[in-house]
Amino acid sequence: MKIDKPLISRLEVLAKLKLSEAEKEEFADDLNNILQMVEKLQEVDTEGVEPLVYINEEVNKLRADQVEGMVSRAEALKNAPDQDETYFKTPKVI
Amino acid sequence: MLFCTQKKCVFFQNVNTLQHIQANLKAGQTTLTNIVEQYLVRIEETQDLNVYVEVFAAEARQRAAELDRKLAETPNQIGRLFGVVLSIKDVLCYKGHKVTAASKILEGFESLYTATAVERLLAEDAIIIGRTNCDQFAMGSTNENSVYGPTLNAADPTKVPGGSSGGSAVSVQADTCLLSLGSDTGGSVRQPAAFCGLVGLKPTYGRISRYGLLAYASSFDQIGIFGKSVEDVALLLEIMAGEDKMDSTSSRKAVEAYAIHTDYTKKAKIAYFDTAINHTSIDPDIRQQTLAFIDRLKADGHRVEAVDFPYLDYIIPAYYVLTTAEASSNLSRYDGIRYGYRHPEAGTLQETYEKSRSEGFSKEVKRRIMLGTFVLSAGYYDAYYAKAQKVRRLIQDKTKEILSEYDFILMPTSPSPAFDLGEKTKDPVAMYLADIYTVQANMTGIPAINLPLGTHKSGLPIGIQLMANMFEEADLLAFSKYIEQLNRQQV
Repeated sequence: MKIDKPLISRLEVLAKLKLSEAEKEEFADDLNNILQMVEKLQEVDTEGVEPLVYINEEVNKLRADQVEGMVSRAEALKNAPDQDETYFKTPKVI
Repeated sequence: MLFCTQKKCVFFQNVNTLQHIQANLKAGQTTLTNIVEQYLVRIEETQDLNVYVEVFAAEARQRAAELDRKLAETPNQIGRLFGVVLSIKDVLCYKGHKVTAASKILEGFESLYTATAVERLLAEDAIIIGRTNCDQFAMGSTNENSVYGPTLNAADPTKVPGGSSGGSAVSVQADTCLLSLGSDTGGSVRQPAAFCGLVGLKPTYGRISRYGLLAYASSFDQIGIFGKSVEDVALLLEIMAGEDKMDSTSSRKAVEAYAIHTDYTKKAKIAYFDTAINHTSIDPDIRQQTLAFIDRLKADGHRVEAVDFPYLDYIIPAYYVLTTAEASSNLSRYDGIRYGYRHPEAGTLQETYEKSRSEGFSKEVKRRIMLGTFVLSAGYYDAYYAKAQKVRRLIQDKTKEILSEYDFILMPTSPSPAFDLGEKTKDPVAMYLADIYTVQANMTGIPAINLPLGTHKSGLPIGIQLMANMFEEADLLAFSKYIEQLNRQQV
């Protein structure tokens, strides 16, 4: 597997990042080096092995479907970079 | 009488366990106000080490005065952590206080709630003196990946303290507080504990609620504890551990009295891996001191045996696939809309996301987001992400198999003592590989601890690591306390 500039550009879009040309080159090199290290995993025979997804072995405990853990509007807006005391504001979408 | 301003404070050399502090407080030999003042002096004296991102001086003083009054007026109502002054890593939420994960993207962000772990400590009368520097979003092994600049190792300021919880480690190492909370995703508590000569515990996955811990890789993250004595660390664990309805991955298993259960009278069965001790990356002096330690345990009647573990060199590759994948998903919430940094020159919504994130995250964070995005993307998912999850299963199965036969697995904590500043920043792969001994515990969910082993020939501290089976912290801490005593006898 080789990571080239077009793939970096695709990942940039997916990751919502905007990289400089220098960063793109640097990241392509870094990712290739990291993937070279990761390639080692192919040596392991994982035929028939179930992926390990959850580390907690206990069965889910569900709670009642009731509204809780709310914060007030003022609190929710407190850290917003732009807001009008009712809504978060963003640049125009349409 | 106990007040001091000299660089090497006699007070902290003699009174550095909670038991001593509490005895002094109760006997009226000192006050919490006095203790907080001394810590604030130490913080001032050690400013060059760049340990704290923010010191809660006024608040700590006020709380100390309130608690001093509480002791005078209702001595039978004081909490179990009365006398504890601690610092918290800049990834833990504390209502009304800032938390930034050492990043620009969370510049100015103030928590709306307190992490469950922190809440439980406050309820037992602990005092929080400040928040500490770390690698950005807990990503790093050197504490150099911080918007606040690196934290320096108090044992030698030309060295890193380790990471990612480097500031927390040095806060205890330099006696600016008694204990500290960090977080450990792949060794971020144990490795800095080794580099700074401290006890550092990563509990079992789910033992402590993660509510209010800024997420890096959710199936790996655990809050961890730094201290100078096993007993203090055990007490903090006991108080923080246990089910929390705000974190569905927190375990419902009963919490044992870790702080009391600390006499290890059995003879332990301990496994170690030849491949770890003879690994190409290990420093010769660390190898030798580890082998000498094994001999000491054997001489004291414990069974210490080499076992076969074929996956050592697969741990780091699997870890970086899985954690970066989880990180790319977890960090998608930082978009410059509802909180945090927003780029001032973004014309559209899309540009707001891109520019805010690109300027708000450090290079290392962006590198990991890019890698995580790649391994999760269509066409590569099975080859990388699913493959790593399968390898994770094999590593866990084999680890459990060993721990069904042995009480503990013993390993060095780090293949080398503290790195030079700047030594690992150029080559990410070299930095990642240095986590070789610590990641296994996070991959498998088991508890692990770093204990100070001694001094490297360079003069730097080195540590030894012990791992136990899931939820066997009581045994792990009891045996750690025994080792602490064994090491004391040696000196």
